[in-house]
Amino acid sequence: MFDVRPVETDYVRHRATQFRAQVERRLDGSLTEDEFKPLRLMNGVYLQLHAYMLRVAIPYGTISPDQMRTLALLAEKWDKGYGHWTTRQNIQFNWPKLVDIPDMLDALADVGMHAIQTSGNTIRNVTTDAFAGAAFDEVADPRPYAELLRSWSTDHAEFQFLPRKFKIAISSGQKDRAVIASHDIGLRLTERDGKPGFEVWIGGGLGRTPLLGQVVRDFLPEEDLLPYVEAIIATYNLSGRRDNKYKARVKITVLERGLETMRAEIEEEFKARRRDFHGADREALSIFKDRFRAPSFRNAPTDAYDAERAANAPFRSWTDTNLHPHRVDGYASVIVTFKAPGQTPGDASAQQMRLLADLAERYGHHDLRVMHDQNVALPHVHKSDLPALYAELKAAGLATANAGLTSDIIACPGMDYCALATARSIPIAEEIADHFRAVGLEEEIGNLNIRISGCINACGHHHLGHIGILGLDRAGVENYQITLGGDAYDIPAIGERAGAGFPAEEVVPAIDRLLRAYLEVRQDATERFIDAYRRLGPAPFKAALYPVAADA
Amino acid sequence: MSKAFTLSAARPGVITANDLRQGHNVWMCDDGWTADPRRATIFEDEAIAELALLKAIGQADLVVGPYLVEARRGPNGPEPTHFREAFRQRGPSNYFHGIQADQAQDIPETAHV
Repeated sequence: MFDVRPVETDYVRHRATQFRAQVERRLDGSLTEDEFKPLRLMNGVYLQLHAYMLRVAIPYGTISPDQMRTLALLAEKWDKGYGHWTTRQNIQFNWPKLVDIPDMLDALADVGMHAIQTSGNTIRNVTTDAFAGAAFDEVADPRPYAELLRSWSTDHAEFQFLPRKFKIAISSGQKDRAVIASHDIGLRLTERDGKPGFEVWIGGGLGRTPLLGQVVRDFLPEEDLLPYVEAIIATYNLSGRRDNKYKARVKITVLERGLETMRAEIEEEFKARRRDFHGADREALSIFKDRFRAPSFRNAPTDAYDAERAANAPFRSWTDTNLHPHRVDGYASVIVTFKAPGQTPGDASAQQMRLLADLAERYGHHDLRVMHDQNVALPHVHKSDLPALYAELKAAGLATANAGLTSDIIACPGMDYCALATARSIPIAEEIADHFRAVGLEEEIGNLNIRISGCINACGHHHLGHIGILGLDRAGVENYQITLGGDAYDIPAIGERAGAGFPAEEVVPAIDRLLRAYLEVRQDATERFIDAYRRLGPAPFKAALYPVAADA
Repeated sequence: MSKAFTLSAARPGVITANDLRQGHNVWMCDDGWTADPRRATIFEDEAIAELALLKAIGQADLVVGPYLVEARRGPNGPEPTHFREAFRQRGPSNYFHGIQADQAQDIPETAHV
C-alpha cells in the first residue's frame, strides 16, 4: 500500500480557489478571453469542437480507488457519465461547463488530484510503465523517480513558459513499455556497478515532424537526476525556437543544432546547476521510495486459477491475452481493455470506474494504473483471485480478451471532439475492430498495434503503429493515410507512408487486404505482422493495399 | 477553422462561436445567439458580415471565438458546407450527445441570449 496523495494538497486547493476567482473575473468581464485562455490552459481547460474539455492529471498513471471514484463522480455530476483515458495516462472529460469547472477542481482537490500542467507550454504529466512495481523484468520501481520529477516540475517557476510543451517518460523494464524514444526526455532506468541510474534520451516526438530520440547520456546516476534534467530543459528553454510553433519542440532544437552541441551545453549547465542542489532532492527521493514500497504480497496456492483455466475456455483466452507476468510468484498484472465491441477506445463510464475501484480494493492491493494505450491495469492480482475478478469484469462488459490484438486500437478523439482534428478517428477504430471480430481473424493475426490520429499532431501515435492511420481533410472530404512498420516498443520505429490515402469507406477493405496478405506471407503464427514487415520490407504489403497500382 | 472564402450571395455564410459559460456551439441569429443552427442569420454581404463579426467579438461576455463560416441555404435554414461544421451542428458520431440530442428532446433554447 502506498500513499498516492501528493504532499502539497494545500497547494492544489489553493490553485483550485485561484481558478474559481479567474473564472469569476472572466464572467464579469474583468478578464478578456485572450487574458483568460492561458490561465484556463494552465488548469487543463480547453475549448473543443462542441464544448469545454477538462484534462485531469493522473501522475504516471497511478491512481487509488478513492481517486477513481472521484473521477466517476465528476463524470456523473458534471459531464455525460463517462471519461476518456489519454495516451499520457490522464483522463479527459468532454462536456464540462465552464461555470462548473471550479467545483470539479474542488472535488479533485479533496483527493489530492488536479489538472495543473495538463496543458500549456510546461512540463506535462510524467509517464511510466503501467506495470511499475510489478513487472517481471523490472530493474526497479520507476515511480519514486517519476514522483520526484512531478513534484519538482509542478509550478517550477523557470519552466512555466517553455518554447513548447515538454514530455518526460521513464521506462523501467528490460522491455520499454513507456515509449521513451518518442519523448522530449526519455529515461531508461538501468544499473551500473549495482547502482541505479538512467540512460537519458532527448529529442523524440511525434506530431508533424516525427523523430526518435537519441541517447545524450549513457549513464546518469540517480542522485543527479534532477540537476541533469533541469540542465536539459534550461538549455532548451534558451535555445529552443520561439519564432515558429511548429519548430519549437526540443526535437527540432536537437535536429537543428546537433546532438553534440546540445550535449556539450547540457553538460556545462549541469555542472553549474548541480552545485545548487544540496541534497533535498535526494532526501525527497528516499521518502518517495518509502511511499512506493511494495504491498504485502500473499503466498497462496494458485490451484483455483489452474482449474478455472482448464474448465473455462473464455477465461483461458482472457488470461492468455490480458495478463502480464508479475515479479512475484503467484501474481499477475491484469489489463482491463476499454476496447470492447462497439466501445469508443479509451472511454470509461462512471459505473465502470467505480467497479474498477471496488475490484482494486477487493483483489488488487488498492492499486490501479491508467495505461498509455487507453486501458487500465490492476498491477497486483493474486492468480487465485483471477476467476472471481474475471467474472465481475465480464458482468460489466470489461473482460474483452483483446490486449495487444487488432481491436486494441489507440485512437485520439479526432473530429468527434477535437477542435484541431482534420478527420474522425473513433468511427474508423470501431469499424476496424468490428470487422476483424466479424470475420474471426483477430486471434489468428495475433499481436498487432493499430493506431489512429485525426490530424498530424499525432495524439493517436499513428507513427508508432505497426499499422498507422492518419485522418486528413482532402478537399472537404475525410481521407485516411496509412503508414506501415512503426513500433513503439521492441525496436522503436516511425512508420512509413504506404501511398495515397483512402476515403473513409475504403479503410476497412484496405486493412483487410493488408492483413490477409500478412497471413499469406508470414512464416508461422509466431511471426507477428511487424516481424514479417521487417523481414520482407514494404513491397508485399503495399501491393495488398494498392492492388490496381501493383498490377499496372 | 474554415478556409478563407469570399462571402457573396452565391456563397453565403453564418457566424458561429461557443457559449462562454456552458461551452456549447451557438450561431448568431437576428435576435442574439441561438443553439439551433437552423435559426442562424445568413450573411451574403461581406461588409455587413464583417460588421456583425465585430459585434460578435464585442460580445465576449457571452461567446468565445466567433468566426464567419460558409453555409448554404437549405429548406429549414442554413446548412453546413464542410463536414467539420456539420459535426459542430450535430454532435459526435459515437454517442447521441450534443445538439442532435437536444434537438431530439426538443430542449428549449437555453443558449438563447
